[in-house]
Amino acid sequence: MASHSENHYFVPHGSIYPALISVGLLSMASGFVFNVTGSDTRLDGSIKNPALSYLATPGKYMMYLGLAIILTMMFKWLSTVVTESITGQYKKWEDKSFRIGMIVFICSEVAFFAAFFGALFYMRVLSVPDLASYAPDITPYKDFLSAWPSQGPGGTVLGEAYKPNPDFHPMSWSGLPLINTLLLLSSGATITWAHWGLIKNNRKQLIIGLFLTIALGVTFLCCQAAEYHHAYTEMGLTLKSGAYGATFFMLTGFHGFHVTIGTLMLIVIWLRSIKGHFTPEHHFGFEGVAWYWHFVDVVWLGLYIFVYML
Amino acid sequence: MSTTTVAHHDEHHDDHPTGIMRWLTTTNHKDIGTMYLTFSLVMFLVGGSMILGIRAELFKPGLQLMNPEFFNQLIGVHALIMIFAALMPAATGFANWMLPLQIGAPDMALPRLNNWGFWILPPSAILLTLPFTLALFGVGDGALATGWTFYPPLSVQGGIGVDFAIFAVHLLGISSVLGSINIIVTIYNMRAPGMTLMKMPMFAWGWLITAFLLIATIPVLAGAVTMLLTDRHFGTHFFDAAGGGDPIMFQHLFWFFGHPEVYILLLPVWGFIPQILQTFSRKPMYGYKAQVYSLWAIGALAVVVWAHHFFTAGMPVPALLYFMYSTMAISLPLAVLFYCWIRTMWKGSMSFETPMLFTVGWIILFGIGGLTGLVLADVAADAQYHNSYFVVAHFHYTLFAGGIMGIMAGVYYWLPKMTGHMYNEKLGKTHFWLTAISFNVTFIPQFFVGLAGMPRRIPDYALQFAEFNMISTVGAFVLGLSQLLFVYIIISCVKGGKKATDKVWEGAQGLEWTLSSPPPYHSFTEQPVVK
Repeated sequence: MASHSENHYFVPHGSIYPALISVGLLSMASGFVFNVTGSDTRLDGSIKNPALSYLATPGKYMMYLGLAIILTMMFKWLSTVVTESITGQYKKWEDKSFRIGMIVFICSEVAFFAAFFGALFYMRVLSVPDLASYAPDITPYKDFLSAWPSQGPGGTVLGEAYKPNPDFHPMSWSGLPLINTLLLLSSGATITWAHWGLIKNNRKQLIIGLFLTIALGVTFLCCQAAEYHHAYTEMGLTLKSGAYGATFFMLTGFHGFHVTIGTLMLIVIWLRSIKGHFTPEHHFGFEGVAWYWHFVDVVWLGLYIFVYML
Repeated sequence: MSTTTVAHHDEHHDDHPTGIMRWLTTTNHKDIGTMYLTFSLVMFLVGGSMILGIRAELFKPGLQLMNPEFFNQLIGVHALIMIFAALMPAATGFANWMLPLQIGAPDMALPRLNNWGFWILPPSAILLTLPFTLALFGVGDGALATGWTFYPPLSVQGGIGVDFAIFAVHLLGISSVLGSINIIVTIYNMRAPGMTLMKMPMFAWGWLITAFLLIATIPVLAGAVTMLLTDRHFGTHFFDAAGGGDPIMFQHLFWFFGHPEVYILLLPVWGFIPQILQTFSRKPMYGYKAQVYSLWAIGALAVVVWAHHFFTAGMPVPALLYFMYSTMAISLPLAVLFYCWIRTMWKGSMSFETPMLFTVGWIILFGIGGLTGLVLADVAADAQYHNSYFVVAHFHYTLFAGGIMGIMAGVYYWLPKMTGHMYNEKLGKTHFWLTAISFNVTFIPQFFVGLAGMPRRIPDYALQFAEFNMISTVGAFVLGLSQLLFVYIIISCVKGGKKATDKVWEGAQGLEWTLSSPPPYHSFTEQPVVK
């Protein structure tokens, strides 16, 4: 039998942060609905629900309020966790809980991306070829050819005419996306190098490694912003560009969102490393972020192959 | 399985805040379990009253009480509430209450996350029902009117209610994922020393597989409704042929979540049903290993059979055949489970207290649900039954009888342990007979009208269906009103009643019965050792 202290699991005292985050979520979600309902436009730019347009502004403020509550409470909650960690409340037993929990959480993120990859494969392999395959006398899409990337055949949707953009180009796999791939792959290497430094108790290597990882992550985000700007202003490629536009922007957009979150997490871990919070034996905070970063990396490889290259 | 150390209670650790702050801030698994179960009961009554509105409208042909739009809204919100806000929280509530007690853990592994998982639920219930209230003030046209399945293009055209439902589903999904993470971690990391996986109580197995299914499928639903949101407001074409998308793609994504969801609702029940059976048969459960392997088999098959929900939407013949055979394959492990349940009772010295009554009734009624499912899995037969009242009757046999009546068995089984008082046995048995009989009065006629061709989700119907609908409505009102008795039994049991012993039931087996009734605020601060 283990000794008493190792056999005692840390159960934290009550905390108000979870309930307040939920209030923030309620405010943000309902604000979002009010805002889109009030400000929604048709393809021709006219307001969809003029009678409800007064909802847009209060909705926007509810969203901001909710977001502010969520961010504040998350900051306070995670500060509590950091304090508990550095005051030695977490031992091997608690540490194992966090590890399993993080693995399961990353699995759920994989399932989320799988939905969008599934949509991409479905459209490429099934719905776009199907739309082009009907006999000419029963289809409204006579001249539509099955080819990927596709913006779809065009047509009238709920009373709004949708016309594919004739100047449309898909995003090329070389250029910025190739640079982005190299950036993320190197960031996977630098964070591992930082981890080696942490295990060897070489603080300098840890801090430099994390700094490089953050720099690579931020550069990736800047390149992606430039890529989006290029797509919208010069290539005629937008979220509204049919099957290709929707899957391209939703997949790369959610990935970019995850890179942003990962970079914020890296910055926190970097500051904590500078303060000396981690020891070679006890550093789940670092590893959890590293796992997340590797996950984001792997998703990018999937994106690069299936969205850009093939 | 025996314990060498009995739980060591130190009462002076109960330094929790009182009043509302106790519940808002709690990290205690029993407090959180109680909140889940209470929330579930309240939402069960809310969802139930919605369907009584529907049944009242269907009492006779013609439009009497409401317009068709409101009728559709009640149907969709009834389903979402019953699935996400009544059944799932009830199962999670039991997991919170009983898993740590059954596996000898001091608490759930991630207590603050656990608290968050619960407190996301009330906001999502508000999001789901808010559009009804907003409509009264002239904002929007009410709640989502698409049914709980959100099929486009209807859901792309729908009003503000669809948006609210999308976000309600997002929040409910976050809550489920948090709950699942917590349960998986608790089961892998918090078991008492000596309790190997194959010595775990069956309830822990049921929940472990449920949690894996949730982790694999809830994010896919989140992705699907996100695509719906961007189709509605940001000009994407996921579900729109003009852009190269396909409304049927939504059905694939939705049911990739939706079919495992059925097992998510049922697996926790399949976990504790054998425990109730062994208690009241006074012998160990039959075929522990066979049951565990069957649960795994069902969990694995659950994610590869989704398209049987929309055979008639159109797909290639090989796909139809694949989904038909794989769906039917589920009946094999399920038959193993049924065999084990019945065999557990075989030659036992059985007694029929309320939990056992509910369990035996559950086996029979859920059996009917399972067998009618086999009928629907047949592609050729499904062409006739699809979208008819036959389907409605089938899934109420699986989800009301198989889900809610199972949960009720669990409530009566564990209520004395949770409150320290015995419930009123006579009223409990009355509640069982009222529920079982009125349930059948409600849903057997729906099989007949369904076979005769009455479509579901329609506020008006042909004259030939009038008698059966009348019977069904009478049954539904008796069924609904008998649940008030359930509420009364629970409240009076919480308030007082005969003192329950620690073991409560003569044949009870498992660690939770070694603790006092009610258990101390912090149970198992020292873990028991299982041999």
